[in-house]
Amino acid sequence: MNAQKTIASSKPKRRKKALESRKARAGWLFVLPFVLGFIFVYLPIIVNSATYSFAEIKTNAGGGGFTLSFVGFENYRQALFVNPTYVTTLISGIQQLIFDIPAIVIFALFMAVLLNQKMFGRAAFRAIFFVPVIISTGLMESISASSVVSHMESSGMNDGAENTTVSQIISAVDIQLLFSNMKIGSGLATYVAKLVNDIYNIVNRSGVQLLIFLAALQSISPAIYESCSIDGASAWETFWKITIPMISPMILVNAVYTVIDAFTDSSNTVMTYINTVYNQSSSGRVLSSAMSWMYFLIVIAIIAVVALLLSLFVFYQRRD
Amino acid sequence: MDAPKIKKESKNKIKVDFERTPLLERLRTKYLSLTFLKTAVFYIFRLVLLLGISYVILFPFLSKIMASFMSPQDFVDVSVKLIPKHPTLNNYWQIIVENNYLTALLNTTLLSLMCAVTQTFICCVIGYGLSKFKFKGRSIVFMLVIFTMVVPHGTLYLSMYMQFRYFDLSIIPGVPGLFKIMQAIGIIDKLPNLTNSFWPLFVLSITGLAFKNGLYIFMMRNFFKGVPDELEESAYIDGSGVFRTFLQIILPLSIPMMITVFLFAFSWQWTDEFYHGMFFTSTSTTGFILMPDIVSVPVTLSALPQSTNLFLEAVTNTCGILIILPLVIIYLFCQKYLVQGIERSGIVG
Repeated sequence: MNAQKTIASSKPKRRKKALESRKARAGWLFVLPFVLGFIFVYLPIIVNSATYSFAEIKTNAGGGGFTLSFVGFENYRQALFVNPTYVTTLISGIQQLIFDIPAIVIFALFMAVLLNQKMFGRAAFRAIFFVPVIISTGLMESISASSVVSHMESSGMNDGAENTTVSQIISAVDIQLLFSNMKIGSGLATYVAKLVNDIYNIVNRSGVQLLIFLAALQSISPAIYESCSIDGASAWETFWKITIPMISPMILVNAVYTVIDAFTDSSNTVMTYINTVYNQSSSGRVLSSAMSWMYFLIVIAIIAVVALLLSLFVFYQRRD
Repeated sequence: MDAPKIKKESKNKIKVDFERTPLLERLRTKYLSLTFLKTAVFYIFRLVLLLGISYVILFPFLSKIMASFMSPQDFVDVSVKLIPKHPTLNNYWQIIVENNYLTALLNTTLLSLMCAVTQTFICCVIGYGLSKFKFKGRSIVFMLVIFTMVVPHGTLYLSMYMQFRYFDLSIIPGVPGLFKIMQAIGIIDKLPNLTNSFWPLFVLSITGLAFKNGLYIFMMRNFFKGVPDELEESAYIDGSGVFRTFLQIILPLSIPMMITVFLFAFSWQWTDEFYHGMFFTSTSTTGFILMPDIVSVPVTLSALPQSTNLFLEAVTNTCGILIILPLVIIYLFCQKYLVQGIERSGIVG
């Protein structure tokens, strides 16, 4: 009411400003829950966590609780140079994830393109492909920690493949045979073989990305495709010259999301390792927070690199 | 080809005789061309691929479901592949009775509903604020949202627990906050302990800081960016305030998107272990049982004379099936909206 009065009594130029500032105030009100929460709840959590990583922890004998004493970079030194497994786990874990990420993004893109086409049973296929988003979360993974395939194998549910290990769908040798004429290095062959054998994992982790890509594909105007086909472009050309540039912003979003998702997922090796360190002893708690802060910095660096690399290729249709 | 012959049959009727290509030739040109071959191969390839991946997704569930109906004898029998020879519902029955499944179901439903409803609404509000209003510090707030998404949860385990174990409202970390001051004055004798209650998750939900809320805010923001500004402007001109416009114009519009977010929030909260394990520590004593707590083998089943390790594993999987069963039912009803929400290009701005 008050604001309306001031508007009515002020000059035109001031009125516009008043409206703007009123809208700005309304904007602050809308984001207020988050800002308050961030300041009062999240910031202390973050700062405390960082403090723990620089501290030594001592559990109080009698009344519970603990005391902290500042020890500088001792925990970081411990994690990097004293702890025997942290660095190796970190390196192998990050390597694994860096290999996984392009696979997930490309798989999601490929599947989204397929599911975007008109065909028989499209709705059913879509429904099936989104099942992992809803259901295959950490809990199910931890329940069936012994992998599904090995379960199938041991309970006699495999189909006759007695001697070969069922968990391998194909081996690197097969791929090399397939590509032997094409002068493809054995590195790539092993990579492809690993991906195919890991298909269950990849499918389960690409649900949200698939959703985002599908949405992006839906938002491309059909008129563009129509004019392309009139000009005689083949489907292959249309894909590379129209589809890819049009959804390139979403490729960026998806790549970043995949990095975040893969790195913060509680089931990846580094996070599992940090968790076990946390549970080992009370000194493990501060050690684990030092470890996870280092891990976090690496994740940020990787996200920055990925975002930078991809943003070179991103095409924005409208600039606003 | 010759011109079609036209015969006059009667006064008002003519008969046109086309020279038709013979059937065989027509079929040949239609089905023996390269284009048709290409299309057919592509169709088959696509179908096989989609079926194969659907199989990869569904088979683990199928095998688990089948195994959950098996009695211990079936795991010893080599001839049993997928279909049990001695089907039984005993596994389900024992889990439901001995592991307090119904209590867990009730508690988890309450918790997940509370979280999902709050998170959906709050993320909608925050996303709207971030997309439709220009104010100083908007980009900073958005960066903070992304930041909360990027920090691995494991990093914050200890400090998050401590925050809610000894809850305090302080602006600057380390400086005594509201409750510490109250404690010093003597209004309360110790800092409030919020663990083992809904409070921590409620606080996190209502501030948009809970699990993956950054993603929801991001989705909502992009959705609202796609909503034309004219809609709100005309509402403003008609004399509606900002909040009324939001409640009466924008919220009804964003229902498909909200269902998507709700579905995510509900099911991820439902199967979450991180927060459950952190905030509900003394489950066995207080009897506050949530879904992850029911994963154990009931004594009756492990005491069966024929039980093997495989059987026990299948029983654990049965617990998992019981956990996701309500989710599957909800998904069956909501998946239509999920796909619709996407088709309205909800996520992409």
